[in-house]
Amino acid sequence: MSARNPLLSRHRGTALALPPLLAAFWLVMSGHYTWLLLTLGAASVCLVVWVIWRMQVVDDESLPLRVLPRLPGYLLWLIGQIMLSAVTVLRLVWSPRRKIRPGVGTVPAAGMSDLSKVIYANSITLTPGTLSVSFRNGDIEVHALRAEGVAEVADSAMPRRVEGLEKR
Amino acid sequence: MSLSLLIDIASGALLLAGCLLVVSGAVGLLRLPDFYTRTHAGSLTDAAGATLLLLGLLLQADGWQSGVRLVLIMLFLLVTSPTAAHALAQAARRDGERLPAGDDEGRR
Repeated sequence: MSARNPLLSRHRGTALALPPLLAAFWLVMSGHYTWLLLTLGAASVCLVVWVIWRMQVVDDESLPLRVLPRLPGYLLWLIGQIMLSAVTVLRLVWSPRRKIRPGVGTVPAAGMSDLSKVIYANSITLTPGTLSVSFRNGDIEVHALRAEGVAEVADSAMPRRVEGLEKR
Repeated sequence: MSLSLLIDIASGALLLAGCLLVVSGAVGLLRLPDFYTRTHAGSLTDAAGATLLLLGLLLQADGWQSGVRLVLIMLFLLVTSPTAAHALAQAARRDGERLPAGDDEGRR
């Protein structure tokens, strides 16, 4: 059956990858390795996998492990960007004279895969001063605290880096 | 000895900067003019402030287990806070909160 349906075999791959991930997560978060807690952990892993299976929420983007190798570098860069734009917003917040001119615009994202779009839109929201509101024809509609912020996002290195995440 | 002092100073500076950002987020929430601009102040607290606080705590972590947990907290914050901001923006929009159309109307 999995030979006929590639999506289903991918689901099976997710089903194989999920329990070890959940178990490792439990072991790291708990830190107590007694029999009682290990049994409870195994039970909760089984419960989560069963719930996920019942809800049928697993689709082909549920466990995008392929972005993992490049994710730390991207996150460090993103945290740097967050700090830079935080300083800008900080000044606006504390400036005694309010001269805030918010603006809305679209940032092109039509050529990206769904996963890249999600990461891109969330990165835009995470950066203080820009907020992705919705998608319009595959492009991201962005609200910016400063009207020129929208163009700055589109011109920045962010879209290039987001697309680079998925490259092999 | 001096290295641990250096780490203490760095983590103290990070924590202080994080606190400043969190407070500024709260101030921005009160001072900024409309719904969407206030959301930006929220992201100042969530994304920038919390990240700096966690980085400062990371320097004080005494063992890999606490470190891994702090990094995980940071990752989850980085995923959940834009999701919440996005849900808020969508809800506000459906409720009829208008986006500024251009530079002129943005100055409400």
